Amino acid sequence: MSDQTHAAGTYSGAEEQTSFGFKLRSLFLKHEWLRGYLLLSPTLLVMICLMCVPLFMLVAYSFWTQNYLDIDKTFTLANYEAYFQKPIYAALMFKSIRMSLYCTFATLLLAYPMAYFIAFKVTKNKLIWLILITVPFWTSYLLRVFAWKVILGFNGVINSGLISLGIISDPLEFLLYNPTAVVLTLAHAWAAFAILPIYVSLEKIDRSLLEAATDLGDTPKERFWRVTWPLSLPGVIAAGLLVFIPTVGDYVTPKLVGGTTGIMIGNIVQSQFGKANNWPMGAALSVISMLMITILVVTFIVATTRARAKN
Amino acid sequence: MAREDYISIRNTSKHFGSVKAVDDITFNIQQGEFFSLLGASGCGKTTLLRMLAGFEQPTLGNIYIDGQPQAGVPPHLRPVNMVFQSYAIFPHLNVHKNIAYGMRKSGLSKAEVDKQVDEMLELIKLPGYGKRGAHQLSGGQRQRIALARALIKRPKVLLLDEPLGALDKKLREQMQLELRALQRDVGITFVFVTHDQEEAMTMSDRIAVMSMGKVLQIDSPTTLYEIPRVKEVADFIGTINFFEGEVKGKEGKATVVETEGLGKVFSTASGDSAPTSGKISVALRPEKFNISFQQPNVQNNVVEGVLQAAAYLGDRSHYYVKINGREAPVAVASQNAQRQMQAVEADNKQKVWLTWDEDSVLLLQS
Amino acid sequence: MSDTVSKAGSDERGVQAPQVIESKHEGHSWTGEAPLFIYAVWYLAFLYIPVLFLPLFSFNDSIYVAFPLKGFTLQWYADMLENPALLHALENSVKVGAGVAIASTFLGIFAAKAMTRYRLPGKGPLTSFIMLPLVVPGIILGIALLVISNTIGVDLSLYTIGLAHTLVAVPFAMLVLMSRLEGFDKSLEEASLDLGENAFQTFLRVTLPLAWPGILASTLLTFTISFDEFILAFFLAGNEVTLPIYIWSQLRFPNRLPMVLSLGACILVASFFIVTFSEVIRRRGVGTQSGAAI
Repeated sequence: MSDQTHAAGTYSGAEEQTSFGFKLRSLFLKHEWLRGYLLLSPTLLVMICLMCVPLFMLVAYSFWTQNYLDIDKTFTLANYEAYFQKPIYAALMFKSIRMSLYCTFATLLLAYPMAYFIAFKVTKNKLIWLILITVPFWTSYLLRVFAWKVILGFNGVINSGLISLGIISDPLEFLLYNPTAVVLTLAHAWAAFAILPIYVSLEKIDRSLLEAATDLGDTPKERFWRVTWPLSLPGVIAAGLLVFIPTVGDYVTPKLVGGTTGIMIGNIVQSQFGKANNWPMGAALSVISMLMITILVVTFIVATTRARAKN
Repeated sequence: MAREDYISIRNTSKHFGSVKAVDDITFNIQQGEFFSLLGASGCGKTTLLRMLAGFEQPTLGNIYIDGQPQAGVPPHLRPVNMVFQSYAIFPHLNVHKNIAYGMRKSGLSKAEVDKQVDEMLELIKLPGYGKRGAHQLSGGQRQRIALARALIKRPKVLLLDEPLGALDKKLREQMQLELRALQRDVGITFVFVTHDQEEAMTMSDRIAVMSMGKVLQIDSPTTLYEIPRVKEVADFIGTINFFEGEVKGKEGKATVVETEGLGKVFSTASGDSAPTSGKISVALRPEKFNISFQQPNVQNNVVEGVLQAAAYLGDRSHYYVKINGREAPVAVASQNAQRQMQAVEADNKQKVWLTWDEDSVLLLQS
Repeated sequence: MSDTVSKAGSDERGVQAPQVIESKHEGHSWTGEAPLFIYAVWYLAFLYIPVLFLPLFSFNDSIYVAFPLKGFTLQWYADMLENPALLHALENSVKVGAGVAIASTFLGIFAAKAMTRYRLPGKGPLTSFIMLPLVVPGIILGIALLVISNTIGVDLSLYTIGLAHTLVAVPFAMLVLMSRLEGFDKSLEEASLDLGENAFQTFLRVTLPLAWPGILASTLLTFTISFDEFILAFFLAGNEVTLPIYIWSQLRFPNRLPMVLSLGACILVASFFIVTFSEVIRRRGVGTQSGAAI
């Protein structure tokens, strides 16, 4: 084999090394993170423009007031004062948070055994199970809520079914248009969101840890509480946040199945942008909601981190 | 005339945050050489290799290949090619397309490229494998295809990142010899990274022993083994016995060291460059000791001990001798030149005597 | 101690409860106590059955969604096809969905490549930042975008809907693509560079052929997200509406109910197939284990 080298595109020329283009290119080559950030920049830019800037604007709006069709841009805390003055706002806020907590708790409770089943007990065809629980995640939220409206309604599936079976003679009235209906519907609609994070953290657990626990004398129950549960906590917490945060501000579900007693803060916010036509107030309510959620979430995370650190 | 500084690494460092993966290294690699970078994990050898390839840029210093500075030159424009540790065979292309991958810009006609691919397959002893899919290959076959893929481009330098690590022992030993023969055949400069010192010793013209980002010593395998410059190198390459001691001066040509265990020791190994005072480590390879079951008739360079353990390895035997003043037993290796009908039984009572040559006594600083 | 650990019935990963009923369950794809399996089936039923009522009653010959069933009819489906407003909304949804799928997958590819192939300082916080749209309540994002459009003076239209959908679709696209990129050997791209191809050519010749299932899955998934999305569209729609908004507007009319059911049934079935197809494609091929969730 000949000694000739014909590596195409061989770099040459000392003169080129001083050009600006070359210097810029060397800088990029040398600092890997520059190249990475450059690649990331379109996405980051879009996120900033579509999320950060609007949210910032929303906060700005909360300090302004609605003057019929115009926005009065003088800085004022009037909206926030209104929140504290009218008890209905705070009451509704806490009610929404409470309902979300119930919903989150119910969802997690129902989802955990399912995730556990797939992670530990399924050996063949895991893919099918995973697809089955993932698909509802992607289908129309609106339709899922609407399905419950149809099921729980006065003339709906449950009532008509029970009547035609002869179990009851008059339709049950307590099924729909109350907070319970909202919590139930939310738990169903968000179930799929809860399973995946829990499943992921369970799947990641090193199986040899469980074998070690058994070898050291644990019964299955002990092993679960002492090894599996603590190691799956990050997934549980993630699932909890993933369900709790969006449901606090939910609009569709209380509107469709909540009636008058089941309304949540989302309904009031929407009306500020609709009939009530008080955008700044709506903005202020949103800001307060986000603050409340953030405070709760942060407290929760700090508390759990401390508790786990102690162990 | 083969260029001595075909690859020239000058004051090169690579920092990752506060970690100095490569710390101010300077050395040359000769054209046509089989050069190995040897060291434990984390010593910086792979980082250095990747800087030659262009996947990392030096934080400080410069690298030159065939006289050309490589600063700012991206990997696809460098006259080097690399064989990756994982082989990186493209799973979506068959063997032929894998080998031909880098020839797209060569300006050669398709027929010519195909011909060269077939020649390559002959060279790596896989003729007719062109149509095979990537998933149908064994580890050894992948390794050779990765090699072919790189060599077909006739690079000035071939870089190899621990390419034999994933192979089983017999295959590895066979590949070591094949690689060496191949390198001699094509005459390309090879830069080979490994943590296996036997592997480096088998294949290389010269070895750079690295540790913690620095180069400890660069020499031929023989020199590294017989004349290690620092304790770490001596310890890394092969086995060696260390005896701590203090230099007492000179007697004629020999340096005198008072050691633990061996007593007064004479060394002519370092010649005139030997230190004349201070603490030093005396080092002797196991095969440099002569072991005898009768007391030999010498005054110097002898020590008495008790045989603690013996291992019969067929062609040679290893003995472990406990001597006074030293906790660890001395490791001794001895060829079984005479026919042994029985392996030696070690019962911790057998007296043995060790003798050695003054020439074999190495003096090493830490 | 070791007698309590059973030998048979352990799967390849060796996890097993000591009280396993051995070898009676040879043919099953699961091991362990039956109660958990029953629970799993019940849970799946709980997930699917409520939604399955929609298709069920869409064939029912009655405008009331009530038992007993009155008779089979395709009337409501015919009504659906003859409804110009519905068809127009459908067309809008498809247009917006396609645009969102392309834009978000594009942005997702850049982000996924940056995250998986480069050492970036602050990668963790960055990832969390990009994931934020998933946890902010939809209504808040919606009104924030509404507010900013109003301030800048941008009219609400399908474009504003599309932008909003892109915002929430990008995190999903990035997740899907990241898992795909992490699944194959980084040295493959380095090898291509080493052999003389520049970054763009490497992308075409190596990354794309290996990552296309992920890219396809991402486009299908983001399309579905946009297609089904209601709350953001609700706040950001101008004169042109998407299908979910159309459905919402029909919910007030009891006699339109069955048509909504048939529409809903179609959407569900279509989504189901698209998502299943996309998941199957995504999990195939080089280096991806079927046990991974994402």
